[in-house]
Amino acid sequence: MKAPLSWIREYVDLPADVTLDALTDRLTMLGLKLEAITNPADAITGPLVVGRVLSLEKEPQKNGKTINWCTVDVAAANGTGEPQGIVCGAHNFVEGDLVVVCLPGAVLPGNFEISARKTYGHLSAGMICSAAELGLGTDHEGIIVLPADAGAPGDDAFDVLGMEDPVIEFEINPDRAYALSLRGIAREAALGLGLPFADPADRKTPAADDRGHPVVVDDAAGCPVFVARTVSGFDPTAPTPAWMATRLEQAGMRPISLGVDISNYVMLELGQPNHCYDKAKLAGPIRVRRAAAGEKIATLDGVIRTLSESDLLIADDDGPIGIAGVMGGETTELSDTSTGIVVEAAHFDPVTVFRAGKRHRLHSEASKRFERGVDPLLPQAAADRVVELLVEHGGATADLGVTVVGTPPAPVSITIAAGLPARVSGIDIGTDTTVEHLRAVGCGVSVEGDTLTAVVPSWRPDLTDPYDLVEEVVRIVGYDQVPSVLPQAPAGRGRTDEQKLRRRVGLALAGAGLVETISYPFVGEDDWARLGLPADDDRRTALRVVNPLNNEEPLLATTLLPGLLKALARNVGRGNVDAALFETSLVFVPTGDEQAPILGVDRRPTDEEWASIDKAVPSQPWHLAIALTGHAEVAGWWGEGRSASWSDAIGTIRTLGAELGVDVDVVATTRAPWHPGRCAEIRVGERVLGHAGELHPRVCKAYGVAPRTAVAEVDLDALLEHATSIVTGPQFSSYPVAKEDVALVVDASVPAAAVEAALREGAGELLESIRLFDVYTGDQIGDGRKSLAYALRFRAADRTLKEGEAAAARDAAVTLAAVRTGAVQR
Amino acid sequence: MSGPNTDYDPVEVTPLKAAEVERMRDDALGAIAAASDLDELKKVRLDHAGDRSPLALANREIGALPPQARKDAGARVGQARGAINQALAARTVVLEEEHESRMLVEEAVDVTLPTGRRARGARHPITTFSERLADVFLAMGWEVAEGPWVEAEWLNFDALNMGADHPARTMQDTFWLEPAEAALVLRTHTSPVQARTMLTQEPPIYVVCPGRVYRTDEVDATHSPVFHQIEGLVVDKGITMAHLKGTLDHMTTALFGEGITTRFRPSYFPFTEPSAEMDMVCFVCRGVDADVCRTCRGEGWIELGGCGVVNPRVLTACGIDPEVYSGIAFGFGIDRMLMFRHNVSDLRDVFEGDVRFASAFGTEI
Repeated sequence: MKAPLSWIREYVDLPADVTLDALTDRLTMLGLKLEAITNPADAITGPLVVGRVLSLEKEPQKNGKTINWCTVDVAAANGTGEPQGIVCGAHNFVEGDLVVVCLPGAVLPGNFEISARKTYGHLSAGMICSAAELGLGTDHEGIIVLPADAGAPGDDAFDVLGMEDPVIEFEINPDRAYALSLRGIAREAALGLGLPFADPADRKTPAADDRGHPVVVDDAAGCPVFVARTVSGFDPTAPTPAWMATRLEQAGMRPISLGVDISNYVMLELGQPNHCYDKAKLAGPIRVRRAAAGEKIATLDGVIRTLSESDLLIADDDGPIGIAGVMGGETTELSDTSTGIVVEAAHFDPVTVFRAGKRHRLHSEASKRFERGVDPLLPQAAADRVVELLVEHGGATADLGVTVVGTPPAPVSITIAAGLPARVSGIDIGTDTTVEHLRAVGCGVSVEGDTLTAVVPSWRPDLTDPYDLVEEVVRIVGYDQVPSVLPQAPAGRGRTDEQKLRRRVGLALAGAGLVETISYPFVGEDDWARLGLPADDDRRTALRVVNPLNNEEPLLATTLLPGLLKALARNVGRGNVDAALFETSLVFVPTGDEQAPILGVDRRPTDEEWASIDKAVPSQPWHLAIALTGHAEVAGWWGEGRSASWSDAIGTIRTLGAELGVDVDVVATTRAPWHPGRCAEIRVGERVLGHAGELHPRVCKAYGVAPRTAVAEVDLDALLEHATSIVTGPQFSSYPVAKEDVALVVDASVPAAAVEAALREGAGELLESIRLFDVYTGDQIGDGRKSLAYALRFRAADRTLKEGEAAAARDAAVTLAAVRTGAVQR
Repeated sequence: MSGPNTDYDPVEVTPLKAAEVERMRDDALGAIAAASDLDELKKVRLDHAGDRSPLALANREIGALPPQARKDAGARVGQARGAINQALAARTVVLEEEHESRMLVEEAVDVTLPTGRRARGARHPITTFSERLADVFLAMGWEVAEGPWVEAEWLNFDALNMGADHPARTMQDTFWLEPAEAALVLRTHTSPVQARTMLTQEPPIYVVCPGRVYRTDEVDATHSPVFHQIEGLVVDKGITMAHLKGTLDHMTTALFGEGITTRFRPSYFPFTEPSAEMDMVCFVCRGVDADVCRTCRGEGWIELGGCGVVNPRVLTACGIDPEVYSGIAFGFGIDRMLMFRHNVSDLRDVFEGDVRFASAFGTEI
């Protein structure tokens, strides 16, 4: 909300010693936050004067343009009194117009110095200004043509344009709708500075009678009060007075025509939205009713809107003429022939207006006020003020007859304990202070023992609860008076086990050289195709967003791989060709039961209701994904580098398992988006936790990542479920170790894990560790075979192994491997 | 070798003569001194102290001497061998030291050669900063609460005093899930976690809820449809705005240093009443010369977020008796605080996954 200081001053007599900063600081601390102060005059240094165009010669130029060679009377402002010769390129003015002239020596916004210069064959001594050139807006379409009564040639244009009037822009919170008016802002200024307030709505209005324009309200709940006044003999060509146009512009509204401008001016002044209808275009009485389904209206913004039964309408015998509280219709709009005007000032139900705005995606200055809450006592005063201005500036005559339908709602009373403000704020606030401040905001307060009853003023429909009154008292006492006291929580238990484990996962992966990323969860059907997911893949069943930012990505991720691969491609694109990424994030798994109830709020939900919410919220497990590309170890003076491969992806998951104390099994499998021959299923026992390996070459291409990119994705929640919470301290032997190496030849299709498992089992409990240190394929062992060389270490817990014991255990291991896997010792 | 002296006649054994033993000893000592490295010394040891060395051979002749002569000869040979062994040991030490010195010189490397074979990993600064924030509260005995990202509309809005017709709903541009009747949203703030906590725990409640939230903001340098918040909630007996101020002052001091406290300005949130915006003293300029401060842009204060006293309507909807308990709550953006604390100028860096971003922060923040 933009409020010119001069306008505030009309209702509160600010002492000269109150600086602009002091005023805005005080208002900010009361809850009207200062957004910006604009004072166009600050950006301009003089001479800027009113001029009258004496002559204007149109001179076509070779470049196709036509310029105007003007002489402009600026009286004695130029020191000579002679007319000033100025070249001007705009064409929206004629001889005799009053314009704004910037004389040589002036500096305009942007440090733009004006001097007399030769141009188009003339000496142009100054400039005729547009609003944009003066920093008064963005209207470049022409120069400013002042209203005829704006001033005389040679007058200082700063005053005429209201440029010496700072405009304060406030951020208004949605609960303080009353401050969307000068009336409200001035009231707060008076409150904050302890000054008297002259209420512009405090005016004598003529009594209601039955001679006014007929109005029928069918829906008193939607429209509790409707006031109609009429004027006739209005001059539709009468100009908007300069001061009014200036104020509208200062407040951020564009002057349009006198009738419309007066309506807007009164809305800004009092906070009461109102509407002027061309009386000649109205057919029969005004009726306030709900729309019939399918009814249509062309609103003032030029859009034809189809109405629904819950829309509240203003209608006449010909149909809808406005959506109540939101926007008027085109058919009854004021035009340059309107002479009779019906003025509407009504009170509408906030929820009805809010819903209509939402339904039609139509938000106006009127609806903004109505949906937040307008003073229901305003309509008569506002209508009277509109009539007054139409009479004063439009030459109209106020008709007899005042239509008032309905009665405003009775004021609300709130009872609060006198000590509540102190109890809520922690500030020592006595009853007297509370009563004083509540009265200052306009409440009628009665005191009965320790209980206060406050009758809420009509302009504060936001005050409904005792705590609302507390906020009023505390903001006046001052939020800066709140002491600083640290609350004493009961002794806590720190992070949960799961939170600690997730941190451990991050640290382990970072320790392994991976870098964490955060991706957006938005994916699209295209991603499923890029990943090569089969048609029946579970991951294709995803939640869909109604209003995605990008229509190509309306789904919520069921897998972290699309986001991670896009991040990987971005890295490679930026030259980070060796990249190892990880991400831990929730994925969204529809349950098919997504139907959350909207429960009441007047009590705790029952257990059944609570369970129904829980059931409706989709399953959202934590997942972990990694993606590796380029070098795991770079080449250097130490020798060759090593490329990241499928084995690093699987190894990273194994490392993580070891970190968490989870026995992870790896089994070969095929699954999109992995390379069918290089995909591992990650298991704990029979439970599949995820997959790791090399990305399918087609998927690499589809996401623009390098061939051989390796990825893994696991259900982190499931992995953490198996984590060892308390590690049992190891018992280790200090007796000597006995080492035995063994090379076994097996069929190439036999998994190394199977050979190792057999060796382990066969070796028995003397086996301390086993390590595969070489894999050989080649001529020496024949096609389709591979040789696996293992280093075995044997040790007993309680003694030195006797000669031959280790060898015997090794032989037993080899024997079992032979039985289980067909291994032959080399 | 002479045969055993069985008849106890004095026999002349040349190698055992004193002069001969001295000569052998001196030969050995000379050779030891002359040995210039450990290999030469090894040969000298073999020649002069080995099993076939002259003195070893001489030693074997001692038995050939008559018993009365054996003692002298034994002593003579023993002394000579002792002197040789001593000299060998001493020379070994000297030569080993020489060898080591030479080796150490020869083995010198260029320690300035690059060492980075493997890139350093990192956690995301949002993760580590969230933890750091939570740590401040954990140290006071609070706990960390979490909740789902797709959330029931009732928990995201209604339970927080934002019914379907509340204008404040339009302040939070919401991603809705299909079908609209499912009444599910991507949570627009972490407040539903507060509601969940109140619905599942008895007071006293002291929790912080860090986490990811979603609003339909187009991506630019300061906006993102995904961002992070941390909210705090206390529900206990006798809780006031003063506790809110105390908590936030402690937090900003813990994160930004002594003297960095907060101020409140009246504001509006449906879930708190009274409500406040909280600002913290600019930790860069501390309000001094604020005009030239790029962090607070001349304000002297940095906007943190919103806070207030939990609206009794919210307590009621969550099953807590507002006549017995009162609550305070606060919330602010983690991304934004990360940006101003660490001088990150573009929010897109947080979400694009460029390894250079997270790597700059490492594993803690």
